[in-house]
Amino acid sequence: MSTGDPSNGTRRRLTGWGGTAPSVATVVHPATRGDARAAFEAAGPRGLIARGLGRAYGDAAQNGGGMVLATAGLNGTALTAIGPIDGPRATITVGGGASLEAIQRAVLRTGWSLPVLPGTRHVTIGGAIASDVHGKNHHVDGSFGAHVEAFTLQPPAGDPIVVTRASDAALFEATTGGMGLTGVVLAATLRLMKVETRLMRVHNQRTADLDATMRALVEADATHRYSVAWLDLASTRARGRGIVTAADHARAAEAPAVGLLDEPSLWRATVPPVVPMNLVRRAGVSLFNAAWFRRPLPSEALAPIESYMAPLDALGAWNRLYGPRGLVQYQCALPAGEEAVLRAIVEAITHAPAVPALSVLKRFGPGNGAPLSFPIEGWTLAVDFPAGDPALGASLDTLDEHVAAAGGRVYFAKDARMRAEMVPLMYPRIDEWRATQARIDPAGVLTSDLDRRLHLTAASTRSAR
Amino acid sequence: MTDATGRPRTVLVLGGGSDIGLAITHALVGRGARGVVLAARDTARLDAPAAALRAAGAAVETIEFDAEQVDTHEDVVAQAFERARALTGDVDIAILAFGLLDQATVLEEPPATAGHVAMVNFAGVVSSGLAVAQQMAAQGHGTIVVLSSLAGQRARPSLLPYAAAKAGVDAFGDGLDEALLGTGVRVMTVRPGWVRSKMTADRRSAPFATSTERVASDVLRGLDRGSRVVWSPGVIRLVGAIIHYLPRPLFRLLLGSR
Repeated sequence: MSTGDPSNGTRRRLTGWGGTAPSVATVVHPATRGDARAAFEAAGPRGLIARGLGRAYGDAAQNGGGMVLATAGLNGTALTAIGPIDGPRATITVGGGASLEAIQRAVLRTGWSLPVLPGTRHVTIGGAIASDVHGKNHHVDGSFGAHVEAFTLQPPAGDPIVVTRASDAALFEATTGGMGLTGVVLAATLRLMKVETRLMRVHNQRTADLDATMRALVEADATHRYSVAWLDLASTRARGRGIVTAADHARAAEAPAVGLLDEPSLWRATVPPVVPMNLVRRAGVSLFNAAWFRRPLPSEALAPIESYMAPLDALGAWNRLYGPRGLVQYQCALPAGEEAVLRAIVEAITHAPAVPALSVLKRFGPGNGAPLSFPIEGWTLAVDFPAGDPALGASLDTLDEHVAAAGGRVYFAKDARMRAEMVPLMYPRIDEWRATQARIDPAGVLTSDLDRRLHLTAASTRSAR
Repeated sequence: MTDATGRPRTVLVLGGGSDIGLAITHALVGRGARGVVLAARDTARLDAPAAALRAAGAAVETIEFDAEQVDTHEDVVAQAFERARALTGDVDIAILAFGLLDQATVLEEPPATAGHVAMVNFAGVVSSGLAVAQQMAAQGHGTIVVLSSLAGQRARPSLLPYAAAKAGVDAFGDGLDEALLGTGVRVMTVRPGWVRSKMTADRRSAPFATSTERVASDVLRGLDRGSRVVWSPGVIRLVGAIIHYLPRPLFRLLLGSR
């Protein structure tokens, strides 16, 4: 019996990384590409969605009452394979369930790196494409999709299709940022970039308030490939003060000469599974933020790539700190020129009862052509809140309205609460995307809790207004 | 689906004319629920509650549902879920709010009347509760709110058929929650004390009497906390324990004193 056989599937309660809005689905682990196709054939009326490492914060990779194809579950299968590097073309072909961490481990030792790395390495290639993830170099290098040359997609019916910009531009772009609703990414060919060392040269700068933080980011982006700002929004007195960290890959000449490409030994710990209550409280966050802001900060330092790109990966299962009710991350993008709206949103968050535990601000470069890709040129703000506060939903709805009115949008990969009526306002090309999605999935098999909530696909629009 | 901030989108009320059921529904709509399906035996009597919910911002559908006709429950509940999906999506919260309160004392009450009360209040909850549970398990998520009563903690003679049926409902709610472990469906059993509503309008009030609004806010807090049992008001948890364990002569004295 193949492991893609749904009779071999297990009913499992799934949530996103935020640990909120659970639902139970039949989870199947495909061992071969044929298993993915078999799963589609066995999917019932509640449809199918692929799930990678479950790092989308919301309900994107869960499908209550339906089937969930777990692409990252099994090692040593076609879906997690990491192919040889094509040096002359600077590409690598990998399985859709391979993680960014596994790929980085394989390529860094020979002086290559993936050109876009998000805030965690625990993301599959399928997930990185489906969310069109971005990194701290978006203002220079764009989002993940810009570095994908081709991918193999298993549609709901028929044989897998190799999709490139030349073969089917509409499908390529509908899949980039398409939240897995155009099919299962079985494999992808990605562009790599050369690095001389495994280190980043990081420049730190404290900023006194939000305007100073924004100015520092603009300045950093002019001269550095990577930039991001940590913001202290936990107390009104902090006024959006923060720390801007700008960085570039360290050249061989800048780094200690031995073992330039050796794997660094990184400090790691994991939060134990039993945290009975939310530990993220305002007083604690304020104290932590004040200490973090004032900590001894070298203006310049060398840091491993992993530590700069994904500092939170050092603390495994950090989402458990929020207790059984979990967390909500609100990530919005605002067009350049809408700084006044950004200030108003930061102001509103600072004064709201919900505790903004961790806040990050970054500038985006121009967006790409994909209709549902999140980044647009301007600003992006991401804020983590404990999910337990009953007033949080209404206050985030208000922020949605400000964001939409300013021509901005909320990131589907982080969302488990937005209302469906915001989607056409935030993603005006949704109908174009729906047409392509319906072409590849006329029967409406691909769906997820996110799709049912936001009515992204035309099929979900038919079943419920 | 109930979202990350604990807001359900779609609510089904079996017993759509019930004051407590409607108070809970209004509280859920106030928190962001957008679709409501009201089910009752006489849908004409749902016009006013439906209008009130629409005024509060919800889309509302009504459907005929007779709690005593257990043979119809599977189909009616399936239809109600279909209507909900056409309205706003899967049923996130189903409230089993219907019930009869009989008036007479044991020796005067027509036995058939007592039988109807037991049918509606107990058998109706069992069959419609199972139908809802099966629908929700198929969608992989949902919460069932079962309205039990403090009266079910110990049957007193003046409320015998009602109280006995509520005792059964209480056991059913508790057991159903356990039976649904792993399906994504939860059951919350609500034990209100004496609630001032049209059901109790012509009866003498009791100690710790409460309002439908108070029950609704206690239910919402219970939903937020993921409680399996909610007492309303909270203080009657103690009353419930006392009357449950009180030796019979003392229980008799307590009843006689009133």
